[in-house]
Amino acid sequence: MTAISDADDGYRPSPLQLARVAHRRRQTVVSVVVASASTAVVGVLAVVAVTGAPGWDRVKQSFLDPAVARESLPLILDGLWLNVRLLAFCAVGALLLGLLIAVLRTLRPAVFFPLRALAASYTYLFRGTPLLIVLYLLTFGVPGLRLQGTPSLLVLGGIALTIVYAAYLAEVFRAGIESVHPSQRAAARSLGLTYRQTMRHVVLPQALRRVAPPLLNDLVALQKDVGLISLAGPIDAIRMAQIQTAQTYNYTPYLVAGALFVLMAIPLIAVTDAVTLRAARRQSAEAAA
Amino acid sequence: MSAPAVPPVLSCRGVRKVFRGGVVLRDLDLDVAEHEVVVLIGASGSGKSTLLRCVNLLEPLDDGSIHLDGEHITDPRTDPDRVRRRIGMVFQSYNLFPHLSVLDNVTLAPRRVHGQPRADAEADALRLLARVGLADKAGEFPDRLSGGQQQRVAIVRSLACAPRLMLLDEVTSALDPELVGEVLSLVRELRADGMTMVIATHEMGFAREVADRVCFLDQGRIVEQGPPEQVLADPAQPRTRQFLDRVLASGRL
Ligand SMILES: Nc1ncnc2c1ncn2[C@@H]1O[C@H](COP(=O)(O)OP(=O)(O)O)[C@@H](O)[C@H]1O
Ligand SMILES: [Mg+2]
Repeated sequence: MTAISDADDGYRPSPLQLARVAHRRRQTVVSVVVASASTAVVGVLAVVAVTGAPGWDRVKQSFLDPAVARESLPLILDGLWLNVRLLAFCAVGALLLGLLIAVLRTLRPAVFFPLRALAASYTYLFRGTPLLIVLYLLTFGVPGLRLQGTPSLLVLGGIALTIVYAAYLAEVFRAGIESVHPSQRAAARSLGLTYRQTMRHVVLPQALRRVAPPLLNDLVALQKDVGLISLAGPIDAIRMAQIQTAQTYNYTPYLVAGALFVLMAIPLIAVTDAVTLRAARRQSAEAAA
Repeated sequence: MSAPAVPPVLSCRGVRKVFRGGVVLRDLDLDVAEHEVVVLIGASGSGKSTLLRCVNLLEPLDDGSIHLDGEHITDPRTDPDRVRRRIGMVFQSYNLFPHLSVLDNVTLAPRRVHGQPRADAEADALRLLARVGLADKAGEFPDRLSGGQQQRVAIVRSLACAPRLMLLDEVTSALDPELVGEVLSLVRELRADGMTMVIATHEMGFAREVADRVCFLDQGRIVEQGPPEQVLADPAQPRTRQFLDRVLASGRL
């Protein structure tokens, strides 16, 4: 390696380079201006179209009532806290279960055939079954058995979400594991690492890095689907909005709940975008090497 | 010598490239005339690949300009895709598309970029593949080919667009020694056909044979350039001599 000094060699940008930099800056300004202008035009048109509609006043009354919104917000926030906790537990549970199933599906030795077959059937079954049906079976069916120590509806609903999402996440994990080139395993095994060590130290770290963006994307979907728990009875944000709507004959609480869900999604979506961007950068750096 | 009436095929003026790690190319000038073969030599990290990538507009410059057939291609208003159509580039790691057959690899750009009808493109591709002795591999997928065969396909793939200029970046570095020969003789044939080329290589024997001019890069500058018999056998610069001694010691001359 030749050492390349960073110390600047008395470098002065040439007029050509200054012009190039100025041109790039102008291009940036132009695109920002164009983007803002077109956004403003579309926004104004949308507002005019909606507020000018003949039924606007009635819709405004029943969906956008500030008094109702203020009144229902604290109650819905209480319900949302349930969603947040449920999301945390289901996300962790689905990630762990998904990873386990993915690893089981990649076990090669013949003795593991039953485990492999079981894991494969699991992903087939739960990716095929509508989430709603799994949710109903667990929350209405299981308590019907009247077993001792049946967990609460909330826990059962959480289990339903976890097992369905684990099936999706398992397939994402598996795609990542299989995308690691076989020569990597060969290199690791030739160093004397066991199958488990190879998985743990060589294959999974590379696989996880590659599939982080799609995994996070599935978690964003999960964070909305935790709202389905309301169909089984527990009082979460959506259920609370429903109760409020029934009491006030006004739909504003639904809008409040929807807005809160969007706010809750924003951090996760931002993280997903950042991770995706980083992965893309790393890939182009690899390609350049 | 009087000034040439036609501009050089490639002309780099005051090229500067900075990465986070530091200045990689500094104030670099290089002209390549039509039918000329210029070989870049220099230690690993001296900036050979970066220079080729800048010429192909894969990297933006931090200063200076590059002209292709007299046209300023590093002007921010130029369309890089149009420029790249006139330049063929071959990489050290072949970079064939693993999901396409050899024939489809070669005909992809003629068909999609240049709008050539499939039958024409395939006839041309087969003619080129036959010339390099790979006609019988047209239907194979790249991973069924040896490294030397893959690299010859990669060269044919960039030839299929009839480029004005070929950039070859260490095209034999990933190959087993016994496969190097078949790729080098293909490059020799290109030279005989009059192709204008800029070649980065560590094969000094090949450089001596194929180059019209050898340029020695050190720390992002062309420290010395001239006909191969002079630069490689009797270099004027101590740093060139040092580099050649090291290469000689590793038995690659
Ligand atoms: N994408 C990049 N980001 C940061 N540094 C880079 C990048 N590409 C090349 N470099 C650095 O530029 C220098 C020259 O690299 P390169 O042109 O590949 O040298 P050569 O091909 O002569 O071996 C090296 O020090 C290398 O680390
Ligand atoms: Mg290189």
